Amino acid sequence: MDRDVDLAKDLKRAERRRRMTALALIAPLFLFLMASFVAPIVDMLRRSVVDTELAEVWPATAAAVKHWQPGAAAPDALYAALGADLKASAEARTIAIAARRLNYALPNGRSLVLNTGRALRADDTAPASWRDRLIGLDPAWGEPATLVALQQASGPATDFYLLTAVDMERDTAGAIVQRPAQQSLYLQVLGRTLMISLVVTLVCLLLGFPLSYLVANAPARTGNLLMILVLLPFWTSLLVRSAAWIVLLQDQGVVNGALQALGITDGPIRMIFNRTGVVIAMTHVLLPFMIMPMIATMKSIPPTYMRAAVSLGAHPAVAFVRVYLPQTVPGVAAGALLVFIMALGYYVTPALVGGAEDQMLAYFIAFYTTSSANWGLAAALGVILLGATMILYLVYARLAGMGQVKLG
Amino acid sequence: MQVGSVGSDAREIARAGDFVRFDKVEKSYDGRTLVVRQLDLLVARGEFLTLLGPSGSGKTTTLMMLAGFETPTRGLITLEGRDITRVPPHKRGLGMVFQNYALFPHMSVRENLAFPLEVRGVSRAEIGERVTRALDMVRLGKLGDRRPGQLSGGQQQRIALARALVFEPKLVLMDEPLGALDKQLREHMQYEIKHLHERLGVTVVYVTHDQGEALTMSDRVAVFNDGRIQQIDRPRTIYEHPDTAFVAQFIGENNKVDGTVTALGVGEATVTTAAGQAIRAEAGPGLSLGGRALVSLRPERLSLAHGADAVANHFPGTVVETIYHGDHLRVRLEALGRDDFVVKAPVSGSEALVPGRTVDIGWRVADGRALPIETPA
Repeated sequence: MDRDVDLAKDLKRAERRRRMTALALIAPLFLFLMASFVAPIVDMLRRSVVDTELAEVWPATAAAVKHWQPGAAAPDALYAALGADLKASAEARTIAIAARRLNYALPNGRSLVLNTGRALRADDTAPASWRDRLIGLDPAWGEPATLVALQQASGPATDFYLLTAVDMERDTAGAIVQRPAQQSLYLQVLGRTLMISLVVTLVCLLLGFPLSYLVANAPARTGNLLMILVLLPFWTSLLVRSAAWIVLLQDQGVVNGALQALGITDGPIRMIFNRTGVVIAMTHVLLPFMIMPMIATMKSIPPTYMRAAVSLGAHPAVAFVRVYLPQTVPGVAAGALLVFIMALGYYVTPALVGGAEDQMLAYFIAFYTTSSANWGLAAALGVILLGATMILYLVYARLAGMGQVKLG
Repeated sequence: MQVGSVGSDAREIARAGDFVRFDKVEKSYDGRTLVVRQLDLLVARGEFLTLLGPSGSGKTTTLMMLAGFETPTRGLITLEGRDITRVPPHKRGLGMVFQNYALFPHMSVRENLAFPLEVRGVSRAEIGERVTRALDMVRLGKLGDRRPGQLSGGQQQRIALARALVFEPKLVLMDEPLGALDKQLREHMQYEIKHLHERLGVTVVYVTHDQGEALTMSDRVAVFNDGRIQQIDRPRTIYEHPDTAFVAQFIGENNKVDGTVTALGVGEATVTTAAGQAIRAEAGPGLSLGGRALVSLRPERLSLAHGADAVANHFPGTVVETIYHGDHLRVRLEALGRDDFVVKAPVSGSEALVPGRTVDIGWRVADGRALPIETPA
C-alpha cells in the first residue's frame, strides 16, 4: 500500500519537469492569444451590453429615471434631476455625450438635448416647475418615448444595441417589438453576408475540387508546379488582388474590352461594383484555403482504393462516387468551413469591388467603430456575427461530424 | 514453356486447357526498355500459379496486365479463349487482393463485401445471404459491422480475400497479399489461402517475392527475372532441379562452385574446379563440354559424416564457425576454394565440429546440379 503511494508520488515528480517544459513552450503563444484574441472578444462582448455614457454625464437623471414605471406619470423629482443635469452638463460642455447617446434611440434626440441645453445655459433662474420649463422648451420632453429612451440609456447594462443589431427595439411599454421597416437594416445585411459567403464557398468548391484532384494525383514535379501556382495569390497583398479585379472587370476593363472586340457583346457588361464582382474577387482570394485541405486529404487516399473498386466490377465513375468521393469528405468539409467562416468576416474586398447593396456585416462594424464611434452597436453587430458563425459551425459539426474535418 | 516436359501434374494442367494465355506479351513504360519481354504463359483452370521474382523483374507488371490496369505494348492476353487485351478492368470479372488490403475505410466490413455484388445489381436479399456466407468462409462472421480500421492486419486481409471471392470470380489475382503481415501470421495465412483455393476450385495467380511462400502454396511457380520467365514448374522441380543459375540462387540457399565441364554424360556432368577438384553432378540444360559451369549445392543435402565413401563426391573442408539454429546447426567451412561453404548439419553428434577441424563433406550425384554460367547479356 505504502509502496503504491510512493510510486504515484515518484511518478508525479518525474513527470513534473516534462510538464513544466511543455508549459514553457506554449506560454508565449498562449499569452499572445490571450492578449490579441481572447481579450478583444471579451471586451467586445462587454461593450455590446454596457451602457454608462448617459449615467456618467447625467448621474441624477439616470438614478431618478430608474424608479419611473413606464405608463405611469413622471414624478416632478425626475424632471428636477433632468433639468439640473441638463444645465450642469451644458455648462461643463459634456452635454454632447448625452445628446449622442439619446440620438441612437430618439429620431431627434441630438437637437432636443442640445437646443434645451443651450436655452438653459443662457438662463440662470431656477424655475418653479422643471416639468413645465422643459416641456415649455420642447414638448418632446413630455412624451413617454423620451422617458423610455432615457430609462433605457440609464445603464449600467442595456439590450438596446443587441436588439438594434437584429432590427428590434423596446416600445414605450418596454416590450420587445420589430423595428419599422424603414429603420430595419441589419437582418437584411446578415442575410446578405450569409448568402454571399455561401455562394463564394460553393464556387470555390466547384472550381477547387477538380484542381485539387489534379494536383494530388499528378506526378511530383507537375504537382509541385501546380501547387506553386495555387499559392501564388498569397504572394501579393489582398488589397492589390482586389484592386486588380477593378482594372480587369470595369466597363472599360480588359475583360469587357475583349468581349466587345470578339463581338460577343455590344456594350460593356457590368461586372464590378455589384454582386458579381464581389463573388469573383472573393472566390479568387479564398480559393487557396479551399484547395489546400482538399489536396492534403486527396493525397492521403491511396490509388489502390480506386483500383480495388474497379477490380470488383464498378465502372470508374461509380467507383469515384462511391469509393473516392466519400473519402474526400474530411478535406472538403475543412475547406468549405474555412472559406465560409473567412468569407463571413470579409471587409476589404466587398468594400473595394462591391456596390452599396453588396456590403457585408463587417463593413458596418467598421463604419460604427471608425466613422461614428458607436462602439456599442459595432460590438453588438460583432456579437451577432460571432453568434451566427458559431451556430453554423455547430450545425455543421452535427451534420458532418467534427472528426470528419481534417486540415492536413 | 517447359509445360508437358516434366511431371504428371504439369501434363494434367496442360490438358485442362488454357484458361489464361499470354501470347508474346511485351510491356514498355518509356518506349526504350522492356519491363516484360516475349512473355508466353498458360494458366490452367483451377490452378494456383505463383509469379515469383525480385522487384523489377516484371512479375507485378504481368499481373497488372492480366487485371487490366496496364495495357500490353505488344501481344495478346486471352481468358477462356476470349481476347481481353483491351477490355477495361471492371469488365474482366476478376477478383483481386492487394498488398495493403484496400478495404474501403468509410464502409463497414459487410458494406465492403456487398460492394462487388451491388455494382453487379444482385438483389438485396441475395447480397445479405452471400455476404454472410463469405464472412463465415473466412471465419469472421461476428465482425460484419466493424470498420476495417478496427480490425487487425490478419483480419483485414481475410476480409479482403472474402471480398475478392464473394462475387464468385473464376480467376483471383493476388498482389503480395501477405507482404504487410508479420512472419507467424503470414505462415498461417498461407495455409488458409491454400485451403480456400482447394475448397473453392478457383484459379489463382499470385505474385510474391517470398520464395518460401511460393513453394508452400503453389501448384506451379513461374520465376521471373529481367522481364522473362526463367523457369516455370512445380515447386519441387523448381527447388531441386533449377534450370538456370539465377533460379538456383533465388530459390533457397545454395553453395556455388564454379569450374569447367570436363565430362558430359546422360544426365550427369563432371565439373572440374580451378584447383583440379572434379565434382560429379546432375546436368542442367544448356551445358557444353569445355564450357564454364556452376555447381549448385543445397546446404541441407550435404553430409559431414566421417568416411562417407558410399557417395560419389567427397571433399575435405575446414570448419570456420558453427551457428546453433535450434533444429539444425549451420556449419561454415573452407572447402573447394571457398570460405563460405555452408552445410546444415543435424544437432545430434555435432560435438566434433569445432573450428579448425578438418571434416569430410560428401554428397550424391543427384544432390548437386551443374548449370551453365550465364554470360551477361
